[in-house]
Amino acid sequence: MSDAVLDDTSLPHDVSTFDKGYLGDGHTLRSWLLTTDHKRIAILYALTLTIFFFIGGVAIALVRIELVTPAQDFVTADEYNRLFTLHGIIMVWFFLVPSIPATFGNFLLPLMIGARDLAFPRLNLFSWYLTVIGGAFTVYVLLAGGVDTGWTFYTPYSSIYSNSHVIAAAIAVFVAGFGTIATGINFIVTTHTMRAPGLTWFRLPLFVWAMYTVSVVIILATPVLAMALTLMMAERFFGVPIFNPQGGGDPILFQHLFWFYSHPAVYIMILPAMGVVSEVIPCFARRRLFGYDFMVYALVAISVVGFFVWGHHMFVSGESPYANLVFSFLSFVVAVPSAIKVFNWTATLYRGQITYEAPMLYAFGFVGLFTMGGLTGLFLASIPIDVQATDTYFVIAHFHYVMVGGTVSAFFAALHFWWSKITGRMYPETWARFAAVLMYFGFNFTFFPQFIMGWAGMPRRYGSYPPEFQIYHVLSSAGAVVLAAAYLMPLGYLTWSLRWGRRAGDNPWGATGLEWQTSSPPPTHNFDKLPTVERAPYDYHPEGYVETGEAARTIEASQKGGEQE
Amino acid sequence: MRHFIFFPPEASVYARHVDWILFGLLGVSAAIIGLVVALLLVFGIRYRRGSRAPRGPLPAWVSRDVEIGWTVATLFTFVFIFWYATASFLTTIGAAPNALEIHVVGKQWMWKIEHSNGVREINELHVPIGIPVKLVMISQDVIHSFFLPALRIKQDVLPGRYTSESFTADKTGTYNLFCAEYCGTDHARMGGSIVIMKKADYQKWLDAQPGAENLAGQGRQLFVRLGCAGCHFEKGHRRAPDLAGLYGSYVELADGRTVRADDSYLRDSILQPKRDIVAGYAPIMPSFEGTVSEDQIFELVAFIKSYSGDAETTQ
Repeated sequence: MSDAVLDDTSLPHDVSTFDKGYLGDGHTLRSWLLTTDHKRIAILYALTLTIFFFIGGVAIALVRIELVTPAQDFVTADEYNRLFTLHGIIMVWFFLVPSIPATFGNFLLPLMIGARDLAFPRLNLFSWYLTVIGGAFTVYVLLAGGVDTGWTFYTPYSSIYSNSHVIAAAIAVFVAGFGTIATGINFIVTTHTMRAPGLTWFRLPLFVWAMYTVSVVIILATPVLAMALTLMMAERFFGVPIFNPQGGGDPILFQHLFWFYSHPAVYIMILPAMGVVSEVIPCFARRRLFGYDFMVYALVAISVVGFFVWGHHMFVSGESPYANLVFSFLSFVVAVPSAIKVFNWTATLYRGQITYEAPMLYAFGFVGLFTMGGLTGLFLASIPIDVQATDTYFVIAHFHYVMVGGTVSAFFAALHFWWSKITGRMYPETWARFAAVLMYFGFNFTFFPQFIMGWAGMPRRYGSYPPEFQIYHVLSSAGAVVLAAAYLMPLGYLTWSLRWGRRAGDNPWGATGLEWQTSSPPPTHNFDKLPTVERAPYDYHPEGYVETGEAARTIEASQKGGEQE
Repeated sequence: MRHFIFFPPEASVYARHVDWILFGLLGVSAAIIGLVVALLLVFGIRYRRGSRAPRGPLPAWVSRDVEIGWTVATLFTFVFIFWYATASFLTTIGAAPNALEIHVVGKQWMWKIEHSNGVREINELHVPIGIPVKLVMISQDVIHSFFLPALRIKQDVLPGRYTSESFTADKTGTYNLFCAEYCGTDHARMGGSIVIMKKADYQKWLDAQPGAENLAGQGRQLFVRLGCAGCHFEKGHRRAPDLAGLYGSYVELADGRTVRADDSYLRDSILQPKRDIVAGYAPIMPSFEGTVSEDQIFELVAFIKSYSGDAETTQ
């Protein structure tokens, strides 16, 4: 794989980005909407998810404006409840869950294992349509007046009491969930059956391992969400008494079913991010990933143990105190493999040749924010601490550190790292570095105050609140402005780079993965000649390498070539 | 109320204890994040591209031994935190005997509170310091959560089932009371305050409340008004079980089970009388579902608890 590093001086061609590779293979709407090319489907997903990311972002922007003052004065209480619910549903199911797998996983999995496509290309297109249909239901809910149950759909509020579009919202999530399941099946079969000759399981890049483990979690957990929502809809629509105690039902049963999905769903959101960071850090440290085997075991351990910790969301629900003990203990256990991964990423830097392009900055941001999110997870796993912190802003801050600080940072790391592979163009480095740093500070500015006010007792889902919490809400809303700017910047400069960006060459980072051995953007059939694999992944500079690496010089050469364009 | 809060007030020994666990966790977390950030910075600067730092080969054993080392170290640290945090939690299972029992009914969007002497309040809870208090709570509609940040306690309040939380306050003052489980439109307004008073002040406050009969007395009146007394107070041949001294005893059921007559059992027997038929009796009692409210059930249960079969029972 390492000889790809030298083969990296390809100069600009006289064709536009959109005439090259898979992008040049048809320009009609039909050629996109009926494509079975995993790379084009990844682009379809990316566009869809970007739209939803910004709808969810607008919803929370209105929430943060309301929260600047303690009184309920910008929107009504009902509107406020609909806004945070919309934010949650869209960000969880129409951004975070599909984000990295459906875009980067879809684009890269076949390339990384040396395959021409996923195992089931038409199923892949079908899963995008399912996501779009689910999204259409969400848009309908939005236009029809919204849903006010919170993203958790707790019964009996959702099934009996709410006067909003609960059924349509549940159908949206239900349908999109099947899209995710289809993607998971596709990834599992592809990884099992389509690896290039010589690409054994322990030669797979960590990103592929992450896609594989997350797919297993998806197909085991998502059906339970479908069941929970179906039962809830049955009670709401047909009056079947399941969760409503007045009919002899048990409202807590819904919470068990919901969290049996939704805790693993947290890992559905974070495992792909871990995969991305495991690709980026070795590349920019020019160093083999430290403890590859342990990184794989950690992914597997997280996906297995992650299924047995759901009860920690329910410590104050009236669950048996002895069940609480078991769930608390297992929650501490599941934190161990995550900690191992943080240590391994850090140790990968040791004796490296580190450079700080934007993907590396995002990856550093990921490690810092994920560590904060993980450690505050230990607080919430401790029962007496959780009793105070649950359903307050402490929890909000904790899971945003993991899902936004973690997953969204990794999403942007991936976007910048593989942008040249996807489009054939480089993004503008200075702008990207600035956005990365801004995102890190904007994030902490927004969410760190929420830990303090959460412990002080500020409950979540409050549109009005006692005045002693105002200072934290003002800080948080100000931070959100910075964060919003940091999210909008890439939208601008990446779009700009599609036309004016420097041509990237096939392997601008001197990276070792198979995806860098084909051209940028890759041809529809991915590889002119299918690769064979003879070595372990991350074959960066050998042990004891002292001077600036050959790979690093190649980067300089290609950058000079680009600037002369 | 204050205009700025950095750390919540501590109004009980338990609250201070929880805060020590918090400080312990903060210490461990600061050490871990300090280590990670320090390593990121040191490696990131020392091994930046082109630096003169030596980059000799690592011995083959380094990776494996280091991995096992920090895996075991992390596991021990986390298990230690689990033990440290849980040890105190175990002692809080089960309320103190002779606690002052206060009943709480949650409904969209207010808290109704009934003291055992019959005093009622809404969205305010007055309690004395130094006396264990046990809140017995139920919801009339959706799930709510009774959250007292100054006491570091929170418990979901469920429809159809009693839950409880206990505390012994030791600092007077007025502190926040919130609903912590999202419950619809005015969730954010479903709160008020807990007023913790000196015992003498508390007594004064109680005496100043509009005179009402105590909860058990109200329950007795209700018991008669609903017609329960007709069967349960009948002399001689009985169509219904005797309620004297029932609370806390074990009851044999027609299907062979034995259950303890606690609050939940009494509540279920009023609302779903066909569920647990007492051995030797015919299932003739009608359900009072929809007839009595949750606060009235509290009164009935309070009466049954206090009833020991005194003389002038039948009317």
